[in-house]
Amino acid sequence: MPEIPLHYILFLSTALFFIGTYGLFTRRNMITMLMSVELILNSVNINFIAFNKYLYPENLEGLFFSLFIIAIAAAEAAVAIAIIINLYRNIRSVDVEAADDMKF
Amino acid sequence: MIGSALVFYILSAFILVTGGLAVTTRKIFRSAIWLLFCLTGIAGLYFWLGMLFIAAVQIVVYVGGIVVLIIFSIFLTQQSGKDLPPPVRSRAILSALAVCIGFVLTCILLRNHTFGASLHPPLADHISVEAIGTQLLDTSEHGYALPFEVISILLLAALIACIVLAIRSKPEEK
Amino acid sequence: MPNTAYILLILLLPLFGFVLLGLFGRRYIRGLSGVIGTALLFVSTWCALYVAYNYFSGNTGMPALRRTYTLFGATWLSFGRDLSIDMGILIDPISAMMIVVVTVISLMVHVFSLGYMKGEERYSTYYAFLGLFTFSMLGLVLSSNIFETYIFWELVGASSFLLIGFYYDRPTAVAAAKKAFIVTRFADLGFLIGILILSFQAHTLDFGWLINNLSSFEHSPFNEPPVFLGLPLVDWGLILVFIGGAGKSALFPLHIWLPDAMEGPTPVSALIHAATMVVAGVYLVARLYPLYTLTLDVQQVVLYVGAISALLAAIIACTQTDIKRVLAYSTMSQIGYMMFALGTYRLFPPSLVDPKIGFIGSMFHLFTHAFFKALLFLCAGVIIHLVHSNEMKDMGGLRKRLPLAHICFLIACLAISGIPPFSGFFSKEEILSAAWRADKFIYAIALFTSGLTAFYMFRLYFSVFWNKPATGHPHAQPLVESIPLVILAFGAAFAGFIPFSHLLIVGGHAHSTIGLNAVPPVLIALMGVGIAAWLYYKQSDRPQKAAAAFRGLYTAAYHKFYIDEVYLFITKKIIFNCIGRPAAWIDRNIVDGLMNGLAATTARISATIKGIQSGKVQDYAWFFFIGIAGLAILFIYIVK
Repeated sequence: MPEIPLHYILFLSTALFFIGTYGLFTRRNMITMLMSVELILNSVNINFIAFNKYLYPENLEGLFFSLFIIAIAAAEAAVAIAIIINLYRNIRSVDVEAADDMKF
Repeated sequence: MIGSALVFYILSAFILVTGGLAVTTRKIFRSAIWLLFCLTGIAGLYFWLGMLFIAAVQIVVYVGGIVVLIIFSIFLTQQSGKDLPPPVRSRAILSALAVCIGFVLTCILLRNHTFGASLHPPLADHISVEAIGTQLLDTSEHGYALPFEVISILLLAALIACIVLAIRSKPEEK
Repeated sequence: MPNTAYILLILLLPLFGFVLLGLFGRRYIRGLSGVIGTALLFVSTWCALYVAYNYFSGNTGMPALRRTYTLFGATWLSFGRDLSIDMGILIDPISAMMIVVVTVISLMVHVFSLGYMKGEERYSTYYAFLGLFTFSMLGLVLSSNIFETYIFWELVGASSFLLIGFYYDRPTAVAAAKKAFIVTRFADLGFLIGILILSFQAHTLDFGWLINNLSSFEHSPFNEPPVFLGLPLVDWGLILVFIGGAGKSALFPLHIWLPDAMEGPTPVSALIHAATMVVAGVYLVARLYPLYTLTLDVQQVVLYVGAISALLAAIIACTQTDIKRVLAYSTMSQIGYMMFALGTYRLFPPSLVDPKIGFIGSMFHLFTHAFFKALLFLCAGVIIHLVHSNEMKDMGGLRKRLPLAHICFLIACLAISGIPPFSGFFSKEEILSAAWRADKFIYAIALFTSGLTAFYMFRLYFSVFWNKPATGHPHAQPLVESIPLVILAFGAAFAGFIPFSHLLIVGGHAHSTIGLNAVPPVLIALMGVGIAAWLYYKQSDRPQKAAAAFRGLYTAAYHKFYIDEVYLFITKKIIFNCIGRPAAWIDRNIVDGLMNGLAATTARISATIKGIQSGKVQDYAWFFFIGIAGLAILFIYIVK
């Protein structure tokens, strides 16, 4: 662990975050957008754990935060799937470009 | 010690490659599987960092729960066989550009920031589950009892929301 | 001190009549409108006579002019510290005289119209308009402030427009109303500019102070008055105000509307275009008389315009065949007399005779002219009613059919010709003696014109009442039409004996100028009568031979010297083409184009940026990210 400085791990998590963002902007399927959001959440988790390990090894705050983030991400994914299924029933498509009723 | 660094490099390469594949591949089922691998890679990273418990939770909840849920929803929306439509060309290029700029910016910020070393000795070499559990339900200063309860309410709300959203509305005539 | 309540009654009763008959006349009180209007005016006339009697009998021993009373001055609109428009009532000799004239003639016209306009569909509207006109005219003569005069001036113009165009389904009437309004409006532009110049120089709009400040202004050796194109600015102001008066009084060259205004009902012509409205210009000059007598230039403008109008109108009247148009040109001629008399002051050589004779003569002639001209028009109304036509060729030998109208018409003709002892003789005498003393050339023109006046009036008289065997059917004249004729005939006959100069100016003697120099005008008038009789007494071809003898002049006069054509040319070819069309082009393309361009640009910009609201979640996420990234860069690197 000491050989790898903290900011290497932070580079990793940043890269993962921006990969997830790219997916969020680019993907046309709602479910794949959800997957990209999960990637973003995971990158934040890595951040928390890394900080806990390197900067505050005497507490467990980072660990708990990650725990809660995982729980919330699970709930959010479930709700998002429910919405997607509902929308799919209405417009018969999961293409996010097809859901533009709020257009001008 | 060099093995540890090597492991880290392999793990991060694995994570990044599978993450990239998850967001760029054209077939949706493969995208879900790449996501699965990516999350497993992240669990591996947690193992490498020594946070065993969170790694286990990651595998159980994320890989075993969320990715399975995603795969089920893919089946429900009958998308598994077809290819995904390609992204809009202009948006893809612009997004890549913006993402690269964001990444470079953040890295510069990270590089210039000095993180101080820790002042206190670590808690333990391997943190026991019992310690985590005790602190989770602790009501004193570093306890997480309140967020624990709030999380349970949140999960209840999410549960009810999912049921309400996904329920099929009954037909009007009886 | 004249009683304020009576004076307000004089003013407000006709206004009340207008409002009452205008709002409720049509539906509720159709038949009674005439009686109501006449009754209100009757009360108003009695009040006017009472006030005038009070005024003229109560003032003795005051120097120079009779005292003027300003009854109240309520500030209506104030422009800064020293200039404000006040509404007030001014009583002085000429305004007291004018309220008598206006109310009496208006009353006669109201009574006459009871019979003349009977059966007319818009009967109550007619009486409402008459009430409005009477109110406006009374307001004009009683105003104490030159801007108030302007307000009532415009009101009078509006009432005239309404009454000329009373038969609005006739296109000629509509055109005549428009013409009258436009010409007088154009003249009123000059009036307004003149008001502004004068009030700016004098720092006040009130008549008394205006006259005070400007008279002393001229004579002050310290102030060099500002000069524009060779004339002092005050003179320009006075000339512009005179232009306004000339428009309303139908003096050359702004007279073109008056003959056309005869399209209105005949009682309206009697009231407005003979006795009261057209003398508004003369009244205005008389009101500002101390200013108009200050410089020679202004006096000469007044003098020559008046004299030219008198002569021109008389020549044209000799050739016209429409009875009302003859009378219209006769009015213009007489007003020319009144106007040039006001221009004789400066030209008097030093002598014992008071140079104010011109002023007195003008006002006296205004008074007597009102009576005999109104009488002439009302008789013309009776005649037109009988033969159902305005043309002289359809009338003849009517002395048997209309005996009363015959006598009254004869009295009026004798009065206008200036034959003693009728009223016109006395008033014309004053004017002619003023002209004699001022400028012999003007006297010659005036003398010739009075001969022409006698000629064309008796030409009219003989053509209508003698000439042919009787035309038309016997027709019983209703009493309401006869009474005004009789009363006006009395006025035309005996008004000459009123000691006018004594009333206007204390110390002025009654009939100072009747003497041997009264003989030539009477002789010339009798000559005119004789020639008219010789030509028109019996039907013959002598008129045609006489016309042929003067062929060129006759044709030009018959076509009114082509002045209307000149105006039409100027407006159509010059004003419309050079000013109207370019202005319309600029308005359509540049002004509207600018506005439309702005609107189109806004619409285009809006259409372009509405794409941001695409309804797609990813686009919103994208904008979100851009915003955050932008803010981050901003706050980390730029704002330290």
